[in-house]
Amino acid sequence: MRKQLAIAAAAALIPLAALAAPQIPPKVSVTMPPDPYAFKAGPGSAAAMGNCLTCHSAAYVVTQPPLDRARWDAEVTKMRKAYGAPVSDADQETIVDYLTATYGPKQP
Amino acid sequence: MRRSAFLAGSAAAAVGANAVSASAQEIVRGVFANGDRPLVAYPQKRPLMVLTSRPPQLETPFRVFDSGVLTPNDAFFVRWHNANIPTEVDATAHRIAVTGAVNTPLSLSLDDLQRMPAVDVVAVNQCSGNSRGFFTPRIPGGQWANGAMGNARWTGVRLRDILDRAGLAAGAKQVQFDGLDGPVLPAAPDFKKSLDVDVARGSDVVVAYLMNGEPLPLLNGFPVRLVVPGWFATYWVKMLSAITVLDHADDQYWMKTAYRIPATPNHSVAPADSGYPTIPINTMVVRSFITNYADGDVVAQRPPDGKRPIRGIAFDGGSGIKSVEVSTDGGATWMPAALEQDYGKYAFRRWNAAPALPAGQHVLACRATANDGSTQTTTPVWNPGGYLRNSIERYTVTFG
Repeated sequence: MRKQLAIAAAAALIPLAALAAPQIPPKVSVTMPPDPYAFKAGPGSAAAMGNCLTCHSAAYVVTQPPLDRARWDAEVTKMRKAYGAPVSDADQETIVDYLTATYGPKQP
Repeated sequence: MRRSAFLAGSAAAAVGANAVSASAQEIVRGVFANGDRPLVAYPQKRPLMVLTSRPPQLETPFRVFDSGVLTPNDAFFVRWHNANIPTEVDATAHRIAVTGAVNTPLSLSLDDLQRMPAVDVVAVNQCSGNSRGFFTPRIPGGQWANGAMGNARWTGVRLRDILDRAGLAAGAKQVQFDGLDGPVLPAAPDFKKSLDVDVARGSDVVVAYLMNGEPLPLLNGFPVRLVVPGWFATYWVKMLSAITVLDHADDQYWMKTAYRIPATPNHSVAPADSGYPTIPINTMVVRSFITNYADGDVVAQRPPDGKRPIRGIAFDGGSGIKSVEVSTDGGATWMPAALEQDYGKYAFRRWNAAPALPAGQHVLACRATANDGSTQTTTPVWNPGGYLRNSIERYTVTFG
């Protein structure tokens, strides 16, 4: 508490110009770390990786609560209709089978 | 003497069944099924709970909220919608285009903003889906625990000052905000959000270039983001690059389809319900949390006076916190907590209590009441978006 008061007193003496907002750096560049999540290997996982990973990482799937086939089918349909994912009907079938078997109520 | 929430190294693979990595890493143990989260340090961030990596969604470990009223920038949660996020931002070249139903279109640089009158506000930024993982039945979507929120001091320019400089044309109805992020596929909807003109012109809505006195981390929207105190974070558009005044209600995906809540009492419905009207999500509902214990904690030591310190935070959608009560018997009886320093009506309000409790297991709970009279109940809301959770939090703690 005493230290804070001392700093406040000192700050009051600083010319106004020195109290200007901190300099905003001209440029910020970052590198993202590796993805800690992945799809489990299994029948259909290649179709899931080939389609889903275009737009988002595996965690969008693997962190979900267990979803039944109708829910997974609704999710894939949403990706196609709302988000324009170019998933073929055949791939949707394969992907939904894979998701239901791997991330459904009866997980291996 | 806290129960460790962290498992180190090789134990991680066994616990986080769905989290895989070649490198050893810490895991935050899930508080709901499939809720284990690896801790990874992203750029300008301390290790945070990874919900998704692309686009990045990072949750603040809850113990951070016990360390102070302001959430440190490097611990602040992160949530993006589309994966096409710039990893390099040139602040000197950045411009905010102000166009649409305005008299004078503008192109504002950071220098332009910093030459305008500066204001600051301490405000809670909470994801609409914070706590979605606790909904029963469970809901698909981002499976956040309670750490998709933070409280910071935001410094910048009033949005109203920018809008006045451009001059709203007759018929201006909403103001739409867009950032530098975009979808991977051109067919996917770009993330944009809109506010009614009267909300956008509110005196506390800020275009912020500082967060807790420092430049924003890139993942929180460097170089500038919208701050809408009291409103859910979905409106706080990051890397703000376009302000477009609309002469109509925004009908694009992120307003018309996504982020909708039922227009029903408490915005709650039964899972089987359908056909009810919906509205865009808007202001936050009152919440409170204990921050110095987690559910299941075992506290070995006994204070000489037998008094057990309980402390936490409370906030609401902008009326401010009127009172907080604490229960040590699971909500059967309540006692007032002491409110700590007031950082304003949009901020976390810290509170504390020190009830005398014998050794043994106790169910602690907290309940906040806001200045607008709203309070918390034991009945959780349910809606298909997994939004607006604010039921009373309970913590089973065993004291020595």
